[in-house]
Amino acid sequence: MSDAIRPLIVGAGPAGIRAAQTLVNAGVRPVVIDEAPSSGGQIYRQRLVPDERSAKDLYGSEAAKAIALHETFAQIRDRIDYLPGTLVWNLHDKAVDAVTGQRTRRIAFSHLILATGATDRVLPVPGWTLPGVFTLGGSQIALKSQGCAIGEKVVFLGSGPLLYLVAWQYVKAGANVAAVLDTAPFSAKFHLLRGLFAQPSVVLRGFRYAAELMAHGVAVRFGVQPARIDGTTRVEGIVWRERGKEHRLACDAVGYGFSLRSETQLADLAGCRFTFDTRDRAWRPERDGAGRTSVSGVYIAGDGAGIAGADAAELAGERAGLALLDDAGLPADHARIGVLERKLASIQHFRDILESAFPFPEAWATSIADDVTLCRCEEIAVGDARAAARDQGISELNRLKALTRVGMGRCQGRMCASAAVEVLASTCGRSPDAVGRLRAQPPVKPIPLEVAAEGEAA
Amino acid sequence: MALLKRLSRHELPLVPFTLNGEACSGRAGDTVLTAILTQSDRLRLSDFSGDPRAGFCQMGACQDCWVLTSDGGRVRACSTALKPEMSLRTITEPRS
Repeated sequence: MSDAIRPLIVGAGPAGIRAAQTLVNAGVRPVVIDEAPSSGGQIYRQRLVPDERSAKDLYGSEAAKAIALHETFAQIRDRIDYLPGTLVWNLHDKAVDAVTGQRTRRIAFSHLILATGATDRVLPVPGWTLPGVFTLGGSQIALKSQGCAIGEKVVFLGSGPLLYLVAWQYVKAGANVAAVLDTAPFSAKFHLLRGLFAQPSVVLRGFRYAAELMAHGVAVRFGVQPARIDGTTRVEGIVWRERGKEHRLACDAVGYGFSLRSETQLADLAGCRFTFDTRDRAWRPERDGAGRTSVSGVYIAGDGAGIAGADAAELAGERAGLALLDDAGLPADHARIGVLERKLASIQHFRDILESAFPFPEAWATSIADDVTLCRCEEIAVGDARAAARDQGISELNRLKALTRVGMGRCQGRMCASAAVEVLASTCGRSPDAVGRLRAQPPVKPIPLEVAAEGEAA
Repeated sequence: MALLKRLSRHELPLVPFTLNGEACSGRAGDTVLTAILTQSDRLRLSDFSGDPRAGFCQMGACQDCWVLTSDGGRVRACSTALKPEMSLRTITEPRS
């Protein structure tokens, strides 16, 4: 066992687990910190207690991958220092502050691998704060972890591969899915034919989901412009426009999202340099092909480093682990590095195709009405952000936050920043990369006051 | 009226708790969010407008599912496991 280095891995999803396994195999004992009570990340999330459902029921076509990842974690469990249910809320001077329940502690590291994953990218639509509206990821968690549908009659809205996957999982589990409303035009899906060469099994699976949804009587609509989610105290229906005509469907739940956004706060606190990713329309930490950031000894892997999906996360986690070993002067398998980099490059090429098939709804920022809530924590309207940009000449996101409180609430911009960027950029006639990015602030998520006080004293 | 609909896990042991003083039950393995939203359609009122909220992301990011415990604490419903005899209160006053 090598005691010379003490790496810390944040996140126990596909990237974090493969990174940990790579270090353990080299005789290194990493600390692994994860917010969830058990490993697997969001995609391979485990139930709190076992129930009658099989891995196949839970993870569908990805069951074998989920089982393999959970088994790997069980095998390395005694050779890592694992802190589940623990939030890393601050990071400075080669150490993190981590809180488990009410207890905070400071953990020093020699190297850091950030595998912090992603959350849904959401764009406000009228009615998006109503009870019964959940993100696509949230809808999936309700089903997988909790065995619940988000309502009696569910509509899924948005874009991205997750839209079809979640709808299909709901139908398979016996939920009533009334419609899948895709904001991308049908013509965009022809890009997937190019994807058939890159990742045939993934594309064919997507086609199968869509075909089975239609076979189950689910209305699948393309080129949808969401108009509003109706309801006074909870969801009662959804209204959208399609080829100039307005449509309404009664429903009691809406699951929606527009692809994903990376969780990058810790990389920001670590001092990593960021770069604008035009495909993801978001800032992400700069990294080389191995996951090295601009800060020596800090690595990043998985969706927290830019959206690439679970398969890429496993590969990138292993790749970052090997880079760390190499940099620490420990033996790293260079043949394996070549294999990983080729596979990752192939997935990156495929992600470009997926982005063409599920394009970002660029018209959203100009068409969304002034009275729609932009920031759901602080309840700031789209019009307030536009007014600040126009009347006070604001063209930078942190200035907008200071003046309007957009992104200042409890979620710290996780739910609104993607939208705020688009609104600000469109109002001041700039591109999204030219309005800056929200600076991360510790604590990166809310923690009990007494914990914060203790952390300050430490 | 319930927001979430149970599709499976019907046979797991019942877990008794109270919600706003009334006796309720969830199932083993429920989160607090699931336990409440399978019998109610809200978790809290928003801080400023007082509009009802019932969570959103279910993965600990949006911070929209805070509920109160009898000892005056706050828990994030989506990432808190239901425990027997928990006494939970939904937030019924804005800016509480």
